[in-house]
Amino acid sequence: MESVLGRYRNLIILVGVLFLQVLGLAMQVKKSGNDEEKTRLIRIWAVDAVTPCERALVWVQNGSGNLWHNYFYLRGVRAENRQLKDEIEQMRLQQVRLADDAAQARRLQTLLAFKEQFISRTVAAQVIGSSGSDHSRIVYIDKGENAGIKRDMAVMTSDGIVGKVLLAYPSVAQVLLISDESSGVGALLEKTRLQGVLRGTANGEVVLERVMSDEQVPVGETVLTSGGDQIFPKGLPVGTVTRVGSGRDLFLNIKIKTAADLSKLEEVLVLVEKQERQATAEDEVHMRASDILAQRLPSVPDKSAAVANSAAVAAGSSGASTTAMQPKSAVKQGGIVTKSQGLAASAKAASTAKTAGTGSPATATPKAARNPAGASGVPITLLPEQPIQPAGSPSAAPKTTDASAPTTGAEPDGSQSNPPSAETKPVKPSTPPQANPQPPGDENNPQ
Amino acid sequence: MHITYTSGEQVEVYRFSIPVTIGIPLLALFAQAFVPLRFPRFAVYIDLPLLVTIFFAMARRSPISGLLTGAVIGLAQDMLGHNPIGIYGIAKTVVGYGASSLGVKLDVENAGARFLVTLGFYLLHAAVYFTVARGLVNMTQTWSWPRGILAGLANAFLGVVLYFVLDKFKQRT
Repeated sequence: MESVLGRYRNLIILVGVLFLQVLGLAMQVKKSGNDEEKTRLIRIWAVDAVTPCERALVWVQNGSGNLWHNYFYLRGVRAENRQLKDEIEQMRLQQVRLADDAAQARRLQTLLAFKEQFISRTVAAQVIGSSGSDHSRIVYIDKGENAGIKRDMAVMTSDGIVGKVLLAYPSVAQVLLISDESSGVGALLEKTRLQGVLRGTANGEVVLERVMSDEQVPVGETVLTSGGDQIFPKGLPVGTVTRVGSGRDLFLNIKIKTAADLSKLEEVLVLVEKQERQATAEDEVHMRASDILAQRLPSVPDKSAAVANSAAVAAGSSGASTTAMQPKSAVKQGGIVTKSQGLAASAKAASTAKTAGTGSPATATPKAARNPAGASGVPITLLPEQPIQPAGSPSAAPKTTDASAPTTGAEPDGSQSNPPSAETKPVKPSTPPQANPQPPGDENNPQ
Repeated sequence: MHITYTSGEQVEVYRFSIPVTIGIPLLALFAQAFVPLRFPRFAVYIDLPLLVTIFFAMARRSPISGLLTGAVIGLAQDMLGHNPIGIYGIAKTVVGYGASSLGVKLDVENAGARFLVTLGFYLLHAAVYFTVARGLVNMTQTWSWPRGILAGLANAFLGVVLYFVLDKFKQRT
């Protein structure tokens, strides 16, 4: 007996070790519901052993990369900046159109008592590692439970969804990518509104399943989340259809190119808080695209300001003209200025003009902040061109009645400076403002 | 110097210092987890922990040591993924045992032999993984010969270079 054991010792040990591992596997498969809990501790050890090195390497890599990109490699930045500004112009116009559509949708949702899900809070995290295997498509991010990340939270980039949090450790979290075989996401096609289930395949592709084969699905159609999985809010971009073929059991096999590049993930956003609320149609009046366009067109500053000023003094109706000028002023002030701030600024400008006649801005009412064209309160973000002046600084608090006077804080183009807190002090012009007034002398400023 | 005699052929048995024994597999696991972030195809074609397993097993020429090395490295690799722990463990245990048993019988010091051994063990590893994942865990797996051979060749090339570097850490017993 001893000679047999001695002779086959290696083989016996091999069989024993294999048997133990098979046993362990069988237990995990049997208790798949609590699998993560049972194996959590040893996974933590493995993750703790590997992630510090990854974290350090990512830090070094980012540091050297930043040094190169921020200091040495600035070729073409000026041209790019110009191009981006042009893009911002286009997007601003588009934003106005979309804001109108969104408001209309909200009104309709209110009528139907829809509930909406909003992304309330996200945590930005950096991808620091992967499983290192094509059988397990997961990545590790450098934020965990300490940052409020929990299991089953959605993970996305600005391009589209990435996956969900599978396990959250104190300082690290494991994210299951949507390209993994075990992943499943509720999705719908944007135009046809067909719903399906998004799944990963063994070779890392993403397919949309459960769409009946008699449906027409065009290649190139956008795929969005449907919200049916209770993880991803509805309407997040998933990708586009790249190929449609016949699948099994009367279903189509639809291949998807993901919007987020899953093979080159660096930074992601974890959706830590969703908010569900009843849709409400807010009492918003919208800035029209033509208003935005008008702001960007060149004006004749000195002349118009002078005319505006004289009109304010003479007829007490300068509120209208300054209102027409104000959006540009809002843009020029820098900082993130909303339309409402711009309107408040216009009211302040109006009050400043009015002060010339009455000297009593303190008697003004908030109604003055209303745009005569009916535009107010649309949260259009205007990007900075100049740094914002602190409230109370000479330029931020004009003291004279001449809106065009540079020494009193007016912009060189004749528009009035507005402090950041301008919207808290709206004043009412003495006369009702005209609808869409054309500033005198500003012939290039169509409304 | 200890010399192991097998069928009248002399083969040398090597050992490694503790830092190397622990550090090299850890480094391989770390690189396997990190490099795919920059080179996504790396994880598809290269299996650094497997190469380290084969190297240690062949150098030590002890089946027990080889299978235990394979088991530990494989289990650690399993822990970094989300699949049940043990699939890589089983596959690398078999490879560790096979590589060390082969190391006892053959001269695996030259580059050509190492290339062929690594190619063969890569395919064995893939076959065992496929069988266990599909048969025991019911994972969806697709077998692709072209991909398997391509990955095997890539690992074999990298293995020959890697073994040459790792040879520097060998200590004669």
